[in-house]
Amino acid sequence: MSAFSAAFLPTLVRRERASLAATLLAPPVALAAATVVNLELYVLMGRDPVAVAYAMLLEPFLSWASFSEVLLKIGPLLLIAQGLAIGFRAKVFNIGAEGQFILGAIFASAIPVWFPQATGQWIWPVMLLLGTLGGALWASLTAFWRVRLNANEILVSLMLSLVAAQFLNYLLLGPWKDPNGFNFPQSVMFQYDAMVPILISGTRVNVSLLLTIALSIAAWIFMQKSFIGYKLQVGGLAPRAASYAGFNEGWAIWLSLLIGGCAAGLAGAAEVAGPLGQLQRSISTGYGYAAIIVAYLGGLHPIGIIVSALCMAVLYIGGDNAMVSANLPIAAVRVFQGSLLLAYLVAVAFVRYRLEWRRAAYRSQP
Amino acid sequence: MTAPLLSLRGISKSYGQIRANQGIDLDVAPQSIHAILGENGAGKSTLMKLIYGVEQPDVGTVVWDGEPLSVASPAEARRKGIGMVFQHFSLFETLTVVENIQLVVPGRKADLTQRIRTLGRDFGLEVDPLAHVHPLSVGERQRVEIIRCLMTNPKLLILDEPTSVLPPQSVDKLFDTLRRLRDGGVSILFISHKLEEIRAICDRATILRGGRVTGHVDPREYDAHDLARMMIGRDMPEPMPALPQSGGEKRLEIIGLDYQPDDPFAVPLSDISLTVRAGEILGIAGISGNGQSELAALISGEAVLPREQRDRIYMMGKDVGRLDAAARRLLGFAFVPEDRHGRGAVPEMSLVLNSLLTAHPLNLIRHGLVNKTKATAFTNACILQYDVRTPGPEAEAGALSGGNLQKFIVGRETMLSPKLLFVAQPTWGVDIGAASAIRRRLITLRNEGMAILVISEELEELFELCDSIQVLHHGTLSPPLVTQATRPEEIGRYMIGAHTASQTADRKALP
Ligand SMILES: Nc1ncnc2c1ncn2[C@@H]1O[C@H](COP(=O)(O)OP(=O)(O)OP(=O)(O)O)[C@@H](O)[C@H]1O
Ligand SMILES: [Mg+2]
Repeated sequence: MSAFSAAFLPTLVRRERASLAATLLAPPVALAAATVVNLELYVLMGRDPVAVAYAMLLEPFLSWASFSEVLLKIGPLLLIAQGLAIGFRAKVFNIGAEGQFILGAIFASAIPVWFPQATGQWIWPVMLLLGTLGGALWASLTAFWRVRLNANEILVSLMLSLVAAQFLNYLLLGPWKDPNGFNFPQSVMFQYDAMVPILISGTRVNVSLLLTIALSIAAWIFMQKSFIGYKLQVGGLAPRAASYAGFNEGWAIWLSLLIGGCAAGLAGAAEVAGPLGQLQRSISTGYGYAAIIVAYLGGLHPIGIIVSALCMAVLYIGGDNAMVSANLPIAAVRVFQGSLLLAYLVAVAFVRYRLEWRRAAYRSQP
Repeated sequence: MTAPLLSLRGISKSYGQIRANQGIDLDVAPQSIHAILGENGAGKSTLMKLIYGVEQPDVGTVVWDGEPLSVASPAEARRKGIGMVFQHFSLFETLTVVENIQLVVPGRKADLTQRIRTLGRDFGLEVDPLAHVHPLSVGERQRVEIIRCLMTNPKLLILDEPTSVLPPQSVDKLFDTLRRLRDGGVSILFISHKLEEIRAICDRATILRGGRVTGHVDPREYDAHDLARMMIGRDMPEPMPALPQSGGEKRLEIIGLDYQPDDPFAVPLSDISLTVRAGEILGIAGISGNGQSELAALISGEAVLPREQRDRIYMMGKDVGRLDAAARRLLGFAFVPEDRHGRGAVPEMSLVLNSLLTAHPLNLIRHGLVNKTKATAFTNACILQYDVRTPGPEAEAGALSGGNLQKFIVGRETMLSPKLLFVAQPTWGVDIGAASAIRRRLITLRNEGMAILVISEELEELFELCDSIQVLHHGTLSPPLVTQATRPEEIGRYMIGAHTASQTADRKALP
């Protein structure tokens, strides 16, 4: 009986040590695997896989217009993922970046909505600051519940995202609805000074991309070089060592959540003050969730995250292309994202474990 | 000679550059208790892990019961009849004792609970089967590990330093158990740094040095001194004499401390009082599980007192009961905890980063950034002074052998030149050469005026180190006993609580 199960059920056995090469290879392998699986899925759906692959993976790079859209998408993904990764390294699981992103957008919109006539170059920087503040405030709710009442931050932050989405709906259907907007749930169009200046003319890429890259570098310095980043990592790797050394756990939770909230809030502000130009319901397209995948796919390392954000942005734009040219359903991108995360988790599991078929045990049975 | 139960031929294992085992030949006879001797980092644990299937040898053959064997995993080793108790424990902290055992031993929970109780009583390894593991001290965890291993009825039992944190009474009982098992047909591989133990119980010994076998002997034919010389390749240094000191200032004072932990399985402390002065070493003896972890956490600041409890714990003359660990360190306090993996050190981080854990106030941080050069210099100094055997400061703490990591942590904490040093189990798992070096260092520091508090289960160690000893039993502390005027048997009586009645009488007699 035991010989039977031992022979046919493989078990996961922990490797002595994860090799560096395997660790580095895991994300690209996951990406390749997810691509293959999804292309097969498109074949099953009766689409031409070559056309889909072309539209999805190549077209984004083929014209400057498409590629500039990729650059535009990178912004929020990269920013949110960098913020989240810091928390994840500290084992503080902020799953509610989406809500913090929405609050950032709302806070930033307050100025153009309340002062549509205001002018001056101060407006967009102040909007970005307000957005950052909004995201941080929303995250601080989670931090408070976690530190004070030990409420699980995964659940609290996730549920607060739903609250944030409803709050956005309320504003857009009520007090902040554009009176001349034919009853659409959206705010007034923002004035010129409430928009982040364009970086590359002829595209929608704006100055916030520079900001995002600067903050990525800052995140790298913070996590690899700074003492505070070190303390957060100790708290994540060995909580008892952190309390032995006197690193305050509550403080680490607050900091992790606030950093994540700031980054997501800033991304939200940059979105309304950038490509959208007004507050609309469609700002909430799941960047906050996609960024979780980006963060893990980048190995929670600031440099890796830049690469994974690029991949994810290509996926978004390529997915849009494929929707048009290969008639792919809108859910395809989500499915791709989901399978990508799944493939990555499996790949990571194999970095740490190996499958064992128990051959030896089987043979030695009398 | 009968055919060996287990025989290894030409076993080698390397970790990158480090050749942990090289061409090892070893025969374990049936019904034999076989010692593996060697310095820290000699490769003892590695060899045991190869036998138990945790790791695979690079080359070499294993013959088990006359048949070639390759074990791919511990589960398989257990099926073959090999059991092992690791040097570093492998219990799940969030589960109870019996749940941990259930993971390895089949059976209903109620039955297992009963068996754990009976086995514990028979073998002198009492633990509460329903207690959660996380509040248990290392000594109690070790008991759980040993019971768990015994319950799998192995034919070969591997014990990697099973007695390092067991008190003498339990060691005696464990040895009775091991002898009984041997007579019942079990072979035992036994690793220990305590040579007297090895002479008492083992009928064969294999000596490892630098990953190679340097000899097979019958330990009963040599005295501990000879064995030590074979192991470390030189003579043992003499203990450091303690200079006479007249009582310095009070560096740590605990006055009538009562503590009721949140965890129902943790030991409540009642009416704890002690004083450690500059230039003095105070020892706390006792069987672990009598409140040692709770007391240690309260002194280190990992646990703080509730708001109402004031004026209970003083360090350098300040009431610190509600200060956290960092604030206490700022006052000149340093601490070596009993568990090194995950508390005293972060196993996944390099030694340099582990230096930073508590040594960061030594100017290792500049403008909020880690000063890598200085941190590395500090780490190198620690490695050199405390003879930590490691490829270098960038090695991961988790890759060091147990004793070497202990040396590193002790080194790091003493290099902070604290006013008050608190060491729990100072020489746990450290080989005799290094242990005597650590004890010499502690006495030197005492002679230079440091106040030192030591918790240990090893009475001999306490007698060598301490000016006075207090015994912790069931969460209460005996009055201080001046070491020179006390016999070990007296401490032993306090340890099992036989002294309680007269102790209260003593207290009353004091003005
Ligand atoms: N996972 C690992 N990765 C790298 N090196 C390792 C690893 N495990 C052990 N080593 C190295 O192998 C050598 C032997 O270690 P081992 O743990 O077997 O020593 P030991 O004899 O058990 O020592 P101790 O008495 O201190 O427990 C050491 O130099 C150690 O640094
Ligand atoms: Mg060892």
